[in-house]
Amino acid sequence: MSMTITEKIMAKHAGKERVVPGELINCSLDLVLANDITAPVAIKEFSRLGQDHVFDPERVALVPDHFTPNKDIKSAEQSNYVRQFARSFKITNYFEVGRMGIEHCLLPEQGLVLPGDMVIGADSHTCTYGGLGAFSTGVGSTDMAAGMALGECWFKVPESMKFVYHGKLRPWVGGKDLILYTIGDIGVDGALYRSMEFTGEAIENLSVEGRLTMCNMAVEAGAKNGIVPPDEKTKAYVEKRAKRTYQFYTSDPDASYVEVREYDVSEIEPQVAFPHLPENSRPVGEAQGIELDQVVIGSCTNGRIEDLRIAAHIIKGRKVAPRLRVIVIPGTQEIYLQAMREGILETFVEAGAAVSTPTCGPCLGGHMGILAKGEKALATTNRNFVGRMGHPESEVYLSSPAVAAASAVTGMITSPEEVLDDAN
Amino acid sequence: MQIKGTVYKFGNDVDTDQIIPARHLNTTDPAELAAHCMEDADPEFAAAVQPGAVMVAGKNFGCGSSREHAPIAIKAAGVSCVIASTFARIFYRNAVNIGLPILECPEAAAALEAGDQVTIDLAEGIIRNLTRPGEYQSAPFPSFMQEIIKQGGLIKYVQERMKERA
Repeated sequence: MSMTITEKIMAKHAGKERVVPGELINCSLDLVLANDITAPVAIKEFSRLGQDHVFDPERVALVPDHFTPNKDIKSAEQSNYVRQFARSFKITNYFEVGRMGIEHCLLPEQGLVLPGDMVIGADSHTCTYGGLGAFSTGVGSTDMAAGMALGECWFKVPESMKFVYHGKLRPWVGGKDLILYTIGDIGVDGALYRSMEFTGEAIENLSVEGRLTMCNMAVEAGAKNGIVPPDEKTKAYVEKRAKRTYQFYTSDPDASYVEVREYDVSEIEPQVAFPHLPENSRPVGEAQGIELDQVVIGSCTNGRIEDLRIAAHIIKGRKVAPRLRVIVIPGTQEIYLQAMREGILETFVEAGAAVSTPTCGPCLGGHMGILAKGEKALATTNRNFVGRMGHPESEVYLSSPAVAAASAVTGMITSPEEVLDDAN
Repeated sequence: MQIKGTVYKFGNDVDTDQIIPARHLNTTDPAELAAHCMEDADPEFAAAVQPGAVMVAGKNFGCGSSREHAPIAIKAAGVSCVIASTFARIFYRNAVNIGLPILECPEAAAALEAGDQVTIDLAEGIIRNLTRPGEYQSAPFPSFMQEIIKQGGLIKYVQERMKERA
């Protein structure tokens, strides 16, 4: 019987020959993840079970990344609670400040999530790992606690939506633009409870980083997971990182989808999502000239080395506009070091941008770049909800690193081509 | 279980940043979270909400973050039930897992207005408006989830699973 990639991974982890959408199943987990905000609640629930061990101390990842390096006493107490739990329960994948990263940049980089895996994380952007051909989804803290205890989680098998991206991308259009465009097309609940499978020529040509970015934002369309069929690019990414075996799954040609949507990507321009929902995406031209107070380049969506390279390429030899604060946040320590070695950090600092240690910080209005009343930011992050980056009357626009970098130079939302044309 | 309360009405796509802004996530204390519940959507809500209150909203309620602090804040604020046309999936799981009653009912979500007095029969999923004529039937939970609800949340369910394994 034919199945989609998501159904195959679920069937495998449920110990079944096949599964069908709507079926309730119990799946074994390859990794369970939480951060400094969600782990404390999960640990509280876990301790109600009276267990003296987790199902597998090597399959639990605790990444304090949201309010770290700790912004205040209360968040320091929360991080310490997680740290003490990690020590007591001998959690090997606990990542301290200085060795850590933003969870969804860090775990793929460290080879802790692999193709064919079944992963839950107490963070909504856990769906990122679909970019490697894994099934991964966000859950709450109690589900995470249950996962730590049992090594399994219950799921309703989702219906799958197939997205086919035909053609070649225009210059300065990448994974972020494709996913913003797609969410603009289907809406913030356009894939509610469903699986989003990204396919087609443009996805095959997209880097693993770009695929991680697309799957990262599947949750912004309400999806249970986003997933890309693994290929040679996936193999090249994971083979030097994996410390255990992994498996490639692909959808059968006659697998069944609740909906198929096809796009000609050659018509897609760089996108900007207007406040206050990711579905408010429009071509950058329609946002041209909106004056900004802050630009943030980073996050679990766009804090990878490719993102920083693109931004640095545009900013190099130019200056941050006088009216602006530009904050660049490499996603992990490894990315930070790589960017340093390539001279990328120098480019940012010379231009007048602040470069931060890895943290989720401003993306969720935690710290490291909070907006005042009435301020506007353009961010490469994933959400532009009311008050997301600070004051309830501040505004967040979302874009790719390329558009963010171009806008950093002009002080207003700007297409990358416009900044680069000026140089000619 | 029978619930009686006053309706507080919200719109579509109420996200978890509106339910409990991230700036308050440096605590896990339910009472502290409750004091900031819905702060950025309705700054008066947390102070005004009466025990037993029924939140009514449109589509995709609870979209955004996986923070369980969101249903915890709502529950600790004294809200007895949330009715929406649809719920975002992580919020839906979280509410069931922590024992916050939720009902998916587009008809009730559209018809009920702020200030309406309603009674809700959770077992039957029937919502009655006492202020104006109106009776609505919500979608039933899958039987597996009813079992989690019956056992008082996911942790009790997991304890049973652990016993089976031992």
